[in-house]
Amino acid sequence: MLDSLRLAWIITRREVSDQLRDWRIILPVLLLTIFFPGLMNFTAGQITGFVESYNAPLIGDRLIPFLLMIVGFFPISVSLVIALESFVGEKERHSIEPLLSSPLSDGQLYLGKLAAAVIPPLLASYLGITVYLIGVFLDVGWRPTSILLLQIVLLTTVQAVLMVSGAVVVSSQTTSVRAANLLASFIIIPMALLIQGESVVMFWGSYSSLWWIIAGLAVIAGLLVRTGLAHFNREELLGRELDSLNLRWSWRVFSQQFRGGARSLRGWYQAQVFPAARRLGIPAAMMLLALAAGLLVGASQARVFPLPLEMLSLNSLDDGFVEGLELLNLFSPLGVGTVWLHNLRAILLATVLGIFSFGVLSVLVLMLPFMIVGYLAAGVASAGTSPGLFLLAFIAPHGMLEIPALALAGAAILRIGATLAAPAEHMTIGEAWLRAVADWAKILLGLVLPLLLGAAAIEVLLTPRLAVLLLGN
Amino acid sequence: MIQTQDLSKRFDNFLAVDGVTLELGAGQVLALLGPNGAGKTTTVRMLTSILRPTSGWARVAGWDVATHPAQVRAAVGVLTEQHGLYGRMRGDDYLDFFGQVYGLTTQRRHQRTQQLLDQFGLAQDGQRRIAEYSKGMRQKLALARALLHEPPVLLLDEPSSAMDPESAHLVRDAIRDLRSAERAIVICSHNLAEAEELADQIAIIRRGRIIARGSPEALKESLLGPLEFELRLGTVTNGSRPPLPPAVEITAFGADWLRFRTLDPLRDNPEVLRALLAHGLPVVSLQEVPRSLEEVYLRAIAAPAAEELPHAG
Repeated sequence: MLDSLRLAWIITRREVSDQLRDWRIILPVLLLTIFFPGLMNFTAGQITGFVESYNAPLIGDRLIPFLLMIVGFFPISVSLVIALESFVGEKERHSIEPLLSSPLSDGQLYLGKLAAAVIPPLLASYLGITVYLIGVFLDVGWRPTSILLLQIVLLTTVQAVLMVSGAVVVSSQTTSVRAANLLASFIIIPMALLIQGESVVMFWGSYSSLWWIIAGLAVIAGLLVRTGLAHFNREELLGRELDSLNLRWSWRVFSQQFRGGARSLRGWYQAQVFPAARRLGIPAAMMLLALAAGLLVGASQARVFPLPLEMLSLNSLDDGFVEGLELLNLFSPLGVGTVWLHNLRAILLATVLGIFSFGVLSVLVLMLPFMIVGYLAAGVASAGTSPGLFLLAFIAPHGMLEIPALALAGAAILRIGATLAAPAEHMTIGEAWLRAVADWAKILLGLVLPLLLGAAAIEVLLTPRLAVLLLGN
Repeated sequence: MIQTQDLSKRFDNFLAVDGVTLELGAGQVLALLGPNGAGKTTTVRMLTSILRPTSGWARVAGWDVATHPAQVRAAVGVLTEQHGLYGRMRGDDYLDFFGQVYGLTTQRRHQRTQQLLDQFGLAQDGQRRIAEYSKGMRQKLALARALLHEPPVLLLDEPSSAMDPESAHLVRDAIRDLRSAERAIVICSHNLAEAEELADQIAIIRRGRIIARGSPEALKESLLGPLEFELRLGTVTNGSRPPLPPAVEITAFGADWLRFRTLDPLRDNPEVLRALLAHGLPVVSLQEVPRSLEEVYLRAIAAPAAEELPHAG
């Protein structure tokens, strides 16, 4: 193991030395390490003074840690450039073949290059953080707590590994630096969204949420590294000369997996939909566990963020509640359709996020309503209502259909992510992915949408009345 | 050292290498000749375990290329068609880096680096950046890299291309020395004179298939026919066909010269001389008409695809 890492380190050391000889890398890193933190110090000082003059010191208090995060992030953005050209750049310069002809294993080559792309920008980032902290301490006397500092350092590190591992996957799967740069959007856009989300967290001041972000990013980064290793292929790297998108082939693979040889709806269900659902047994069970965990997490938050008891009291639940909903025209096909579309939208959002995150973010999205339910159940319990009765009245009727639907949808999305992380034998990554997407479409159209429609009908037409019946006066 | 049997490689719908069977022992040099895109590089890449054969098998230094790729790569020194050096590195650092990759000790790396830089006339330039090297110097450095770990098998793609005549001569000498060191060497080349000079065996590859294989002499005989000789006469004839024994085939003649082919020169040439002298035609000189590998190559490449060419021993 140590010997194996030593060989990977030889690659890393050479590449890092090469980067240190390249002014096109050194100059921006130095600027982002020294100039940028200085600029951020100035900004922090100016804004702190400005907001204090308007008696709003909170903004300044939140801005300084936020800028700390940004100062950490900017130098690691350079790692994307280095990583994107790590394999494909060497291929273009024809220097990859002597390396591929050497006894180095795929893993050693891959990890060596990964580390070479991560280490210099990350060190620059730590240096930038140090410069910023010294400056901000001298300017306004601010010091982070050791926990916050640890969080920012960890966040910066996992972000660097995440970006680099994604970029190295791109670099090892494309045929030119130009193609790799074009595909970099798939890394830049999610990273931009991530930074926006993190900014909200930093200004909100909910620093404990950073742990969740760090953990989530670490999982995705680990999956990306695994994906890169699993798909790294000397032959593909040297043998492929053109990136071509064969739409006809893609459609053939998709439709073959989606329809199979089915000639009727019944045949389709028997031959395609039910077997696909059976194949999702393990991920569906994992999804059910995740949804249950969401319920518990929500319940635990009820103690941290308690709602006023009068808001949680169900004593006023009577026929008037149902009449009020009738006035809103809820008990109608339109109401059913609205709820159904809402759930469908949530599933589509989970799918899109899942595609970018190996399914990790889709699980989180699908867990969210369960967190809310857990939170409310724990809340009403504190107000004197049995949480079991609450769940039986408000959730169980439509949940009987909705929960299996969510578990199946989540499992299908997880499987799409899994095809990237663990390649199927005798299949290209593209073919395995297309087949997983076709399975997802089968599950969605054949099971999830009908189940959600039934759940929406029950939720609209039955649940409120049952709630009044069970919990009303 | 190198054995292949029906080695094939398919890329989607394109059959790049089609049933290549080769055998090369220690101390032998094989020249793999063929037009661009014939499958030479793909064959070499399979012998380096970079590409996995679609069918057939290959063993290099006793290791199967499909099941023991790391051992194969450790046993092979490769000079790639594009030498692909790191321009920002110094020449000596470059060799040291690959020495580490091949697991040489520090002392051995230092020793081999100096030895190879000396051998290829780069000792004065070892501390210069590779980007400052001329094309020929880069080629020599790439060759030094291939030899660094003293591999038992060498796969050299165009070893002396881009070199001035003196450097090319130096490289050819180096390859000759390496052959005597009990190595198997495969040279892919377009330089037919070099291939003829260095190789014990020639294999001509076209559209992925070996269309002719054997020693240079055997290939000449099998593809160009029996040996041809040229005679210069001491007198001018009247232009009539000179009288020669029936076993000899006259291929061309003029007033004071003639060319003929014979399957058995040891038996027929003295007969030819006797016959000419008997007819009062004195002979000034008799010599074999030189036949180049280029003729063999062009004949093999020009043959229709369906034609089965001889594989000469």
